[in-house]
Amino acid sequence: MDFSVITDNFTYFMIGRYPQGALGGLALTLYLALVSCVLALVGGVMLGVASYLPFRPLRWLVRGYTHVMRGVPLLMVIFWMYFLLPLAFKQPVPENWTVIAALTLFTSAYMAHIVRAGIESVPQGQREAALATGLKPWQVMAYVVLPQALRNMIPSFVNELVAVTKDTSLAFIVGVSELTHIATQVNNRELTHPAEIFLFVAAVYFVICFSLTQLSRWLERRLSWGQV
Amino acid sequence: MLNYQFDWRVVASGTYAEWLWQGLLLTLQLAALSCVLGFMLGLLVAIVRMSPVAPLRWLAQAYLEFIRNTPLVIQIFFWYFGAYEVLPQAVNDWLNQWRFEFVAAVIALTVYTSAFIAEDIRSGIRAVPREQMEAARSQGFGYLAAMRFVILPQAVRITVPPLIGQFLNATKNSSLAMTIGVAELTFQARQIESVAFKGLEAFTAATLIYLLVSLTITAVVSSYEQRYLRPGGVR
Repeated sequence: MDFSVITDNFTYFMIGRYPQGALGGLALTLYLALVSCVLALVGGVMLGVASYLPFRPLRWLVRGYTHVMRGVPLLMVIFWMYFLLPLAFKQPVPENWTVIAALTLFTSAYMAHIVRAGIESVPQGQREAALATGLKPWQVMAYVVLPQALRNMIPSFVNELVAVTKDTSLAFIVGVSELTHIATQVNNRELTHPAEIFLFVAAVYFVICFSLTQLSRWLERRLSWGQV
Repeated sequence: MLNYQFDWRVVASGTYAEWLWQGLLLTLQLAALSCVLGFMLGLLVAIVRMSPVAPLRWLAQAYLEFIRNTPLVIQIFFWYFGAYEVLPQAVNDWLNQWRFEFVAAVIALTVYTSAFIAEDIRSGIRAVPREQMEAARSQGFGYLAAMRFVILPQAVRITVPPLIGQFLNATKNSSLAMTIGVAELTFQARQIESVAFKGLEAFTAATLIYLLVSLTITAVVSSYEQRYLRPGGVR
């Protein structure tokens, strides 16, 4: 094992060609994961709440959407965005946004599932009590049910951030120079130390994802205190 | 919105339909192989994970955490590009008898799937109430007999739906094998795109095939749950 290939290319792995060129490497991985996760959280809450609205066609639409997204591989969604976004906008779309769009659409479906489970976990009595005090149904959702549901779901959201961080590794397929792309580039250039390169990159992903997993477990213990 | 001429005939019959069919077969092969092998490995890891010897437990735990917290595509690249450096020569020679990209994909998917299956098995066993074991022991069953006749039959029933779900995950995960040139479904769709410039048709067809697989699996799981896991169902 000879890890000089890592030390020689360390800044390249971490930030890509930045500041001379575009941001890449681990920094881009984290950027893609965070942006997609925040957007997917918004999308997931909207989808999750929409599946409780008293409007049947909308509920079917949401169910259909989540089923499709959860039934196909992420690679498919990435390729779809790669083909469809330029057609829809009638101009080339930056690869970063292709990937962010795909990750957001894909992860929203999983987030929606979490949000729905969260809404169901709020005791029925809460809803009834809120209605009895004279709140309107949307107020019950916005001020009583959703805040408690989201609080219960925080650990699951962190787990989803772990999944998204792992999923950003597929961005290299459309040429986004995040960590995995850099690893394949360095590997193609050097050709001599593939095991070292991929073990190192795996370790980098592991440090990030494992810390987040631990955070989610800690939050889960923390948030279960003082629970009804 | 779209300025694109669709031509569905290209993927509905002829060479390209044949490519998609071959791709689907390879996808299912990858998923089935990695699930069967992953189940064996996962069962082993789950048993070690619950063993009374602490260092063994830590080892299994480390394995699970490492596999679950690194991207699958990196693991595929590791096995495809890097494994020969760390494996003994005899193993390399043995592996090289087959198409190596397929072997590497199966190894990576097996290892990845095993970590998730191990957790499913463990939570299945833990889902059986502790009193069941105590009651069985008080009836005169030994530990192993209680496991064999009381705990495991219930645990297996609970574990079946997540295990079938793992087959669905393996089907979706196998799409990553295209990155090392395994000609599974996603690979074939992309191939059609680059040969015939019919990307949208090819990816629509591939998406529908994946959906068909996932709907089938979802239906199997829910009918199983209806039959065996609902209170009042056949017990």
